Amino acid sequence: MVALQLSSVTKTFIMHLQGGVCLPVLHGVSFSVEPGQCVALTGPSGAGKSSILKLIYGNYRCDQGQILVRQGDDVVDMASALPRRILSVRQRSLGYVTQFLRAVPRVSALDTVAEPLVMKAVPREAATERAAAMLRRFNVPERLWSLPPATFSGGEQQRINLARGLLPEHPILLLDEPTASLDANNRAAVIDIIRERKQQGAAIVAIVHDDDVRAAIADINVDVTYFASAA
Amino acid sequence: MSTIEAEQPLLVAEGLTKWYGRQLGCRDASFELYEGEVMAVVGESGSGKTTLLQLLSAQVEPSAGRILYRLRDGATADLWTMSEPMRRFLFRTDWGYVHQDPQLGLRMGVSAGGNVGERLMAVGSRNYGNIRSAAADWLSRVEIPPDRIDDTPRTYSGGMRQRLQIARNLVTAPRLIFMDEPTGGLDVSVQARLLDLLRRIVSEMRIAAIVVTHDLAVARLLSNRIMVMKAGRVIESGLTDQVLDDPHEPYTQLLVSSILPA
Repeated sequence: MVALQLSSVTKTFIMHLQGGVCLPVLHGVSFSVEPGQCVALTGPSGAGKSSILKLIYGNYRCDQGQILVRQGDDVVDMASALPRRILSVRQRSLGYVTQFLRAVPRVSALDTVAEPLVMKAVPREAATERAAAMLRRFNVPERLWSLPPATFSGGEQQRINLARGLLPEHPILLLDEPTASLDANNRAAVIDIIRERKQQGAAIVAIVHDDDVRAAIADINVDVTYFASAA
Repeated sequence: MSTIEAEQPLLVAEGLTKWYGRQLGCRDASFELYEGEVMAVVGESGSGKTTLLQLLSAQVEPSAGRILYRLRDGATADLWTMSEPMRRFLFRTDWGYVHQDPQLGLRMGVSAGGNVGERLMAVGSRNYGNIRSAAADWLSRVEIPPDRIDDTPRTYSGGMRQRLQIARNLVTAPRLIFMDEPTGGLDVSVQARLLDLLRRIVSEMRIAAIVVTHDLAVARLLSNRIMVMKAGRVIESGLTDQVLDDPHEPYTQLLVSSILPA
């Protein structure tokens, strides 16, 4: 059974402040992901890879087509679902590790990582414990845990972001450049966890520029330029 | 958790319209709000945000349209067909209303403890000791020092007054809270602290909230849904991150592009 399926997804931006310029970004995007499978989106910058992840997550609104996400025994079309349905899918089924951490200011790194679990009604203490274990796995020094991540280095922020996104063990995962600013050690740790999630049956869509990392995690490559050029 | 999908909305607005004589306040606003949802209403001055809030909280009678509210016993009632005392009772107990100016939401000549206790007495609390300890508990939750409980809000700073107003509203464990520019008129640092407090309380108590603000940063931080208003109409609505990251309407694009990047 397919975990995620996109059919004929089309996205155009209309820039009203620039005289109504139309920017066709994606046209006829269609692919599907099985549980335990990792699909890597490839193509040059600007081809629309990140936009596809944002469309799947419901962060961008879909102009045409369907984005079917499996949620338990249900299937939700993210392109037409009501806000509260989208929120429930994000909470329980769909994880998204963005390219850059967008944390709430003044919240500590530990709480930032634990928050998605707390939202899933895991008791705070248990959530904090699991968050701590995850931070340890990503080699984030303990002295940073109580600080808000705003002042952290790029690599530290990315590890916080990854820990936050991977902790809740969502059955579907969207990863935008998960290893871009990491050293070799941490890159290996991330590959490890992603493989672990795949074995648990997670369906993954990833954008990875590093060829070695892509080879290590991806089962199928989908070239996004095909959907972009057709627009 | 299929209960989430089966759940009934807490509040339903249908075609809410308000004319002030020939002047339009708000036209044809319709939406559903569920328990635990926080909705932001954004737009410039005069766009009808506050009119909408006053309509929803039954302070102003609509020219057309209706508002349905699900009571604690599960029955759904039309706000303007229920009796006036019933409406007032709802307002004092099941709802909260946080004004931009705390002086409008507080009794300035009454002690802080009295301000909080008064709401409890409205729902039938009579035991002085219980009322006082509940008031003290809420003051500490909004970070007001315990030794200020007998002082009147006249002696409080702006930020403290706003936090006191929030405590006064939340002490009866309302299910729905209305907020009109809750952080307007405060220093940035005080604003930040108040936002942290609101964010924490709203998510812990799973309160539904409707927050009017002209500050998109406040909307992003507090709300999961958003409505954008212009000239009395709702022109765009959806998930907060969706509307702010992928705005469709020209006016919403203008609003979003007017934020200075952090």
